[in-house]
Amino acid sequence: MRYAETGFNLEVDLTRGNIEKVATDPKDTELYLGGLGTNAKILWDRVGPEVDAFDPENLLIFGAGLLCGTPATGCNRTILTTISPQTKLMAFSMMGGFWAPELKYAGYDKVVLRGKSEKLVYLYINNDTVELRDASHLHGKGSIETAELIKKELNQPKAQVAAIGLAGENRVYYASVEQGRSSASRGGIGAVMGDKGVKAIVVRGTKDINLAEPIEFLGLCNEVLDYIKIREDNPIPGVMPILAGLGSPQEMKVHDEKWHTENFMWGNSRVRRKGFWTDEIEKEWTMTLNDAKTREISCFNCPMKCGATLSLPGMPTYMMKCFTKLTYTMGAFSDLDFGIRIAQKATEYGLDGFSAPQVMAFALELLENGILTDKDFPDMPEDNEGRFYYLLDMIVNREGVGDILAKGTYWAAKEIGNGADEYAHNNIKKHEQLPLKLSMLNPIYFLMYATGEKMNITQIEGQFPQAPFPTKEKRAEFCKDWIQVPDDKFKDILMNWEFRGENSNPYYPTVDMTCDIVDWQERMHYIDDALGQCAGLSSFPLKPPYHIHNYPRFIASGTGIDMDEDKLTEAAQRYRTLVRAINIRRGLRRKDEKPPENHWKKRFPELEQELLDAYYKLKGWNNDGIPTEEYLNKMGLDYVAKDFIERGIYTEGDKPVEEASTEKETN
Amino acid sequence: MADKEKKTIKTIKIDVDKCNGCRACEVICSAFHAAPKYSSNNPARSRIRILRDPHRDLYVPVYAGEYTVAECAGRDKYTIDGKEYDECSFCRASCPSREEFKEPDSGLPLKCDMCEGEEEPLCVKWCLVDALQIEEREEEVPEDEVQEEQEDLDIGLESLADKFGVEKIMDALARMKEQD
Repeated sequence: MRYAETGFNLEVDLTRGNIEKVATDPKDTELYLGGLGTNAKILWDRVGPEVDAFDPENLLIFGAGLLCGTPATGCNRTILTTISPQTKLMAFSMMGGFWAPELKYAGYDKVVLRGKSEKLVYLYINNDTVELRDASHLHGKGSIETAELIKKELNQPKAQVAAIGLAGENRVYYASVEQGRSSASRGGIGAVMGDKGVKAIVVRGTKDINLAEPIEFLGLCNEVLDYIKIREDNPIPGVMPILAGLGSPQEMKVHDEKWHTENFMWGNSRVRRKGFWTDEIEKEWTMTLNDAKTREISCFNCPMKCGATLSLPGMPTYMMKCFTKLTYTMGAFSDLDFGIRIAQKATEYGLDGFSAPQVMAFALELLENGILTDKDFPDMPEDNEGRFYYLLDMIVNREGVGDILAKGTYWAAKEIGNGADEYAHNNIKKHEQLPLKLSMLNPIYFLMYATGEKMNITQIEGQFPQAPFPTKEKRAEFCKDWIQVPDDKFKDILMNWEFRGENSNPYYPTVDMTCDIVDWQERMHYIDDALGQCAGLSSFPLKPPYHIHNYPRFIASGTGIDMDEDKLTEAAQRYRTLVRAINIRRGLRRKDEKPPENHWKKRFPELEQELLDAYYKLKGWNNDGIPTEEYLNKMGLDYVAKDFIERGIYTEGDKPVEEASTEKETN
Repeated sequence: MADKEKKTIKTIKIDVDKCNGCRACEVICSAFHAAPKYSSNNPARSRIRILRDPHRDLYVPVYAGEYTVAECAGRDKYTIDGKEYDECSFCRASCPSREEFKEPDSGLPLKCDMCEGEEEPLCVKWCLVDALQIEEREEEVPEDEVQEEQEDLDIGLESLADKFGVEKIMDALARMKEQD
């Protein structure tokens, strides 16, 4: 018997309409765990670098995490993996909600879509009955609307639905897959789903998920619940509100947005508005949110209320999560009421709340600077809010200039030319980033931004405080019950970290310390992504209930696989390397590992190169960011080394990789 | 026997306004009642279910109660604070009209037992948002454990009889007796 996982994947050939239930190899679970890890293995094995995002050979994998469906609190994430039309690299966005556990209860760990359906369809999974059904009546319907319609027509109110909206159908490069209160938004996964002709995947399951050592596992779950209670009652002092508690974060509960509105940039990630947050604004925005909010809500088996149901007069009810709360507001220099209203429309369309507002602000900046002209925006309203609604429709329907903007700022700038690339200034690896522009280089963040392949800083950062504490006493206070550290050296680093002087950014933490901190933070995210654990209770917040010391016991008692901290670390390193290998094969190199030029005002080019050198070395990568043959063999990834050698990846020298698939626009 | 014994009555107080719809109660309930304990988990086997319809803001945790042979003749609708609920939303019965409170494989009825042997029902323990809370009070009641046991037996047999017919049950019982 397989424990925690089902041991079966659903393989769906959309071109032929063929569906197969395929048993998986338990050895892969030991080596790559599940979720992201085994997704990466499938993608490496079956999708070569010659395959483009919109080729039928591209796969779209919905992988439930290894521990999804067990009683582990907050373990509910689906990891979606495919080739991104925007970055041309492996995309692996994740969604919480209720979908992954339901898939496990239906008897499957993953759904692997390949090929393309000629007509729009949806996949209906009800335990052993799996079928592709006609979705032509759902053309153009909103993602939430679609879910409601399907549940009604199947008479399955308890089914869980992951669906795309019009943005996905029209292959907007930052289209999301929406699932009620959650979404997989980054990397344009919704566009690939739309390209494959799949409107939704509907799941209903009523089977058991087994545990290898039930009493031990439940004991661990109870410890986690107890710890959550302690953390909820004892917010961390001296950090901004959303970092004080747990959650992904619980943005719908927080009214104090001073930190976001005054530190993040407005418009096309340009304008910092110090002094914006006044009592008056706080009063107004608190009222806006409280009036709209019918309930604070959670994902499957989790007490954190990171989302909310919002009902605004004259608009359908929808569920909002996390930072989309502010992205449209700040992109359009508007207020919270506008932000949560336009987000309703954008959620039905199925768009990434990070990229979409930046693309719109970018378009308006191009207009302001004469690179685009009024002719490109026929009949556009005068006011900012009206313009955002106008652009939203143009992009999603791919009308006029919206057709180009639908490709995101990097590819749009290329196509528009005339200096437009100066305005696509907030990208890493062709992907829009959080609108942050800061003063002094932070070495930890430099490395995370540069080398991250999750494309989103919130999915890389966490665990280590973002800034030093002002006094020794406060540091000691923080370190006193910091049980999550893998090694006490991290406490020493924090104890000596100062705001000013020798022990401050950018030269402290030192290069080696920085590498260790980044490696730890990244490792925890990668473990979460294999287990399906939400980062909000684990890798994202400070002092989370899940950490490197209790995870091995969770995995061992859940799956029956022998596990300890070293073995878990090695597994995470293995599939982290595999993700890198997939991207290396597609053309990713050191030259791509660059935070935006203007991310910090004070840059230190030599130090930055030193950081990269050291980090690559720690990771087992050569100076160009390519995993070395020796390291790959040590990790049991000799098949990757062999492939690299055959492709001449180690011997290309300083040849430019213009021919790489990352440099070609998606067709 | 003493004239009257005191009995602790447990009441679960359900605050639907506090429910976040996470279904942790269903998870732990199904795990606790698995055999061996906690060995598997499957909310479809849970003896508490959340009626959950986020877009209409309906959140009703309801516990499995008695088994019933026939569904109600008519079904009413309630409107509470402007939200419309089906009468069944509040009903505890394991009933032919719906899939709630039945073992998914056998169709046999399920009933909440307040997690016998535990300090408190585990759904309450796992509800960190306090939508479920336990209240205990003492009441004087004539003890009749035998009667309770008999009731449990009757319910079980009744449902088996409905599913397989009395004849078959009798036959099976006869066979079991012989094997003894």
